[in-house]
Amino acid sequence: MMRVLCLAVAAMIAALAQPVQAQGRDAILVGEVSQHEVLVRQGFTGTQLLLYGAIIDPASRRSDGDYDIVVILRGPTEAIQIREKQRFAGIWINAENTSFRSVPSFYALASSAPVRSMVDQRTAAIYEFGLDYLQLSPTGSIDQEQYDRFTLGLVDLRQRMGLFQQNEGGVSITEDVLYQARIDLPSNVVVGRYVAETFAIRDGRVIASASSEVQVRKEGFDRVVAEQSQRNAFAYGLLAVALSVFMGWAAGRLFALV
Amino acid sequence: MDVYLPIANLAVNGLVIVLLGGATGILSGIFGVGGGFLTTPLLIFYGIPPTVAAASAATQVTGASVSGVIAQGKRNGVDYQMGGVTVAGGLLGAILGALIFNLLEALGQIDVFINILYVVLLGVIGGMMGLESIQALYRKPQEKRRAAKRRHHPMVASLPMRWRFYRSGLYISPLAPLLLGMVVGILTMLMGVGGGFIMVPAMLYILGMSANVVVGTSLFNILFVTMMTTMVHALTTQAVDIVLAGLLLIGSVSGAQIGTRIATTVKPEYLRLMLSAIVLAVALVMLWRLGVVPEEVYTVAPL
Repeated sequence: MMRVLCLAVAAMIAALAQPVQAQGRDAILVGEVSQHEVLVRQGFTGTQLLLYGAIIDPASRRSDGDYDIVVILRGPTEAIQIREKQRFAGIWINAENTSFRSVPSFYALASSAPVRSMVDQRTAAIYEFGLDYLQLSPTGSIDQEQYDRFTLGLVDLRQRMGLFQQNEGGVSITEDVLYQARIDLPSNVVVGRYVAETFAIRDGRVIASASSEVQVRKEGFDRVVAEQSQRNAFAYGLLAVALSVFMGWAAGRLFALV
Repeated sequence: MDVYLPIANLAVNGLVIVLLGGATGILSGIFGVGGGFLTTPLLIFYGIPPTVAAASAATQVTGASVSGVIAQGKRNGVDYQMGGVTVAGGLLGAILGALIFNLLEALGQIDVFINILYVVLLGVIGGMMGLESIQALYRKPQEKRRAAKRRHHPMVASLPMRWRFYRSGLYISPLAPLLLGMVVGILTMLMGVGGGFIMVPAMLYILGMSANVVVGTSLFNILFVTMMTTMVHALTTQAVDIVLAGLLLIGSVSGAQIGTRIATTVKPEYLRLMLSAIVLAVALVMLWRLGVVPEEVYTVAPL
């Protein structure tokens, strides 16, 4: 109630000040990521990305202060099968499984306030605001109860691996203009094209959005190893065998001197 | 010391991996087993994906057995003819093992099956070895076992087409060692182990090989079977992580040398008792883990 009132007042003031310009002009969101390329190589133990930007309201020089910001960083999607263990004759075995066609390999959300207080469920589902609203595209027929169980299991697993994150309150807004959020990329991220999206939300509606890309790729020695293990599998295998035989032999010779 | 593993796709503490390799290397040096039965589960426990762990552990076992084979070869401890037959069986076994692996993976039970296999095999062998060494320790000196009767199993004698294996002191059908090699090859493919802990007792008690060539011939077999396993993994699962294998190797080849020296200073009965205790402990831990709620009820596999 307070919020609506404030907003109405702000809108009236803006309308009085610049009656022509305010008409039909949307807020502009400018988003940026601290680095557009993440190189995975020796010594890589994960990194932190800074997602920042500004909200500009054409009506006034600065935005009128009642925006919320949601930032989402999303990795390449994968098709996966997820299995569930159940107790059977005293031991735990894989019992049921289901497949999802589009699971983000990485998903991190940061927002300036709890998502539930910003938008209704429908909007949250449309924009996938939060781990509860991921669209995983299950294959085949699956009942809702089973779907929920598997989704919870998957989200919990990936959260503990640091691959799914949800940090409500992780976006800080300065002077109603600048926003920033920090997102940790752990060392076990997959390589590929990551997309960072920023949404400005007012009155339960997304009023502006911006997106930018981050490329995560292997570099140097690790890139060569990863590529050769697939392109020249035979030679790579021979190299691994040769390495182990050589090291075994060399150790024998070295220790014979001691 | 953070090291990024390019195939496993994650960063690990390199020192931990080297020490892990060192511990299994010491075991392999002392007992003449590859130590793969410890490496693979420990790597998985550390967070390495299971396929990468099994593939890279096979590479490590190759390195650890090289110096053993060289040393045994010098003192005529390797029956190359017998080794050749078991390696041929191992090749067949590795191919069969890969088929079984794919079948079980399609059924979605591969990890459960491997765990059960570990519990059963390690439990049985650890138990047998433990009993035998305890009996040996409690036997009074005067009742020293008469020159152990080396006799192969009656079933081995019934197989057709006999060959002479001079160094093993045997005149038996090559089908017996071929089958043994095959079984071990299947296990190597499935469990990422060298199979020394099965090969050695089987050579002694089923084939009845002369004891002074058993360890050398088993190591010879392990060397070639793990080489083949590495190749099969490199070609099919593409899960051999050369950085991980290298780290394990640094530890295990040095550990193996230290182990060999320990082995010469301790009484063999105590060594066997120790090995059986370790094997049984691993089996019990794995059995316990089958029964309690797993830390990961859900597991993800790429489609």
